[in-house]
Amino acid sequence: MKTASPFRELETDVPRVRVRFAGKDLMLRDGGNLAAELLAAGVLSFRQTPVSGAERGPFCMMGACFDCLVEIDGVTRQACMSEVTAGMDIGMPGTEGDVDA
Amino acid sequence: MLEADLLVLGAGPAGMAAARTAADAGLSVLLLDEQARPGGQIYRDVGNVPEDRAQILGSDYTKGRVLAEALDHPMIRHLTGTTIWQIEAGPRVSFTRDGAASSAKAKRLLIATGALERPMPVPGWTLPGVMTAGAAQILLKQSGLMCERAVLAGSGPLLYLIAAQMCRAGTPPLALVETQTFADRQAALRHLTGALRGWRLVAKGLGLLAEIRKAGVPRYTGASAIAIEGKVQAETISFTSGGKRHNLECATVLLHHGVVPNTQAARSIDVPHHWNEVQQCFVPEKDGWGRTQLPDVFIAGDGAGIGGATAAQLQGRLAALEIACDLGKTTPADRDRNAAPLKRQMETELAARPFIDKAYPAFREALLPADDTIVCRCEEVTAGDIRRYAGLGCLGPNQTKAFGRPGMGPCQGRYCGLTVTNLLADESRRSQDDTGYYRIRPPLKPVTLGELAAMTDLETDEQEPVT
Ligand code: FES
Repeated sequence: MKTASPFRELETDVPRVRVRFAGKDLMLRDGGNLAAELLAAGVLSFRQTPVSGAERGPFCMMGACFDCLVEIDGVTRQACMSEVTAGMDIGMPGTEGDVDA
Repeated sequence: MLEADLLVLGAGPAGMAAARTAADAGLSVLLLDEQARPGGQIYRDVGNVPEDRAQILGSDYTKGRVLAEALDHPMIRHLTGTTIWQIEAGPRVSFTRDGAASSAKAKRLLIATGALERPMPVPGWTLPGVMTAGAAQILLKQSGLMCERAVLAGSGPLLYLIAAQMCRAGTPPLALVETQTFADRQAALRHLTGALRGWRLVAKGLGLLAEIRKAGVPRYTGASAIAIEGKVQAETISFTSGGKRHNLECATVLLHHGVVPNTQAARSIDVPHHWNEVQQCFVPEKDGWGRTQLPDVFIAGDGAGIGGATAAQLQGRLAALEIACDLGKTTPADRDRNAAPLKRQMETELAARPFIDKAYPAFREALLPADDTIVCRCEEVTAGDIRRYAGLGCLGPNQTKAFGRPGMGPCQGRYCGLTVTNLLADESRRSQDDTGYYRIRPPLKPVTLGELAAMTDLETDEQEPVT
């Protein structure tokens, strides 16, 4: 389940919930910062750019760069500004590059 | 619509300090912030950080608790999770909260939206696994996450702080790749007297360096030609230092060469800005109290010019004192009496700045990147593209939009604006002031039709602020 991640959690004994990311089940910290929890779970690439298809992941963690865009239950959002909730279905955002069309 | 005497944008050190000072003076305060908890980036989540993390982060971080706790005041209403997308004369702001749009107005507006990492466009800076050093700090503060097999690249005290914190957490970085040179250090020595007056800051820096040395972390200085490579994510970083080419394997790269004011909010209402040559960024025009040329709009903290968390806090208080006086809650004499010790503290706080600015200048290669380096991350526009636009007669950042799409992606130029200005200024041999910056227009952050449709009047379903 948990792939090798270059991000280490200082506290591991935390309540986790199941979410889906790109069709795979992940157990993430309940209420945690979504971008951080995905990184901890070994997901570094969150999306591909609409221009060249290059992989992107969180860069600023403060809502400014928009590189962490994901689609949560059908709505494009910044993962670094979102919280983990049980059962959330996360995917790569649409390739049109529109934010919240 | 929500109403208050003072609207504060941003709950970092400047915003929190201003809110409390204004509330103590009898003003009703509405504090709007994007995060779920107060602190801004520097004190992110300071109110509920577990003890083990607090130990690693150190007392410079945990001292922010006092500011966060001080928001518990009957005259302060703190709206968390609030994304501002428009500011208008009034002053009035429109924002989204809990999936619904809403608005607020006040007699005065204080912009305290802080700083952004200075963009550091080097080859490979868009790869997953490459982040700003500030991002790594946020991961640690908010989520207790440590970056492993990390290389820190760039310059400045924040690089040492995060390296020391990583050492304390038992995850020391693989190396520090520092861009400042011996000549920079010599130039900085001319500001030694100032540095000695601000000795606390300098002593802190030396303490951090000692921690890093003790952990055996290699430091490369005078680094140039930095490039990050990897197939889907960062795998290596290469650079030249001491006349030799180095190639280090790594899993994460943390970039930093200073922070710059986040000017989006102020620019969106046309607060005039000018170029600061030493700090290599635009800063808003303001007086000693933080009043901008728009008389109802004040600005404080790093968003008004980089001074660090303590200076931000002091500026927040000064702005609040002036606003209280403006609104007739205190006399000019009282204002000045309360301001005097703050101004003295500010002087000490800023004394070491010229030394630090000279010792750790921005990385030249990242100010004017090589042609094939991406500068606009959103639309993947390269430095070469911008130079080509300049060759075709493009003089300013807004004109680039006639040639390509730089600055038109979702980040709205936050991480390319300064680079685009610099490249165009350099190509056309004009100053940054003459070259200008992107025109910032609402929405400052994307707002959905659904959120607009769910427009709510917070006044009706929530408790009214005290007036
Ligand atoms: S990581 Fe930059 S916006 Fe989320």
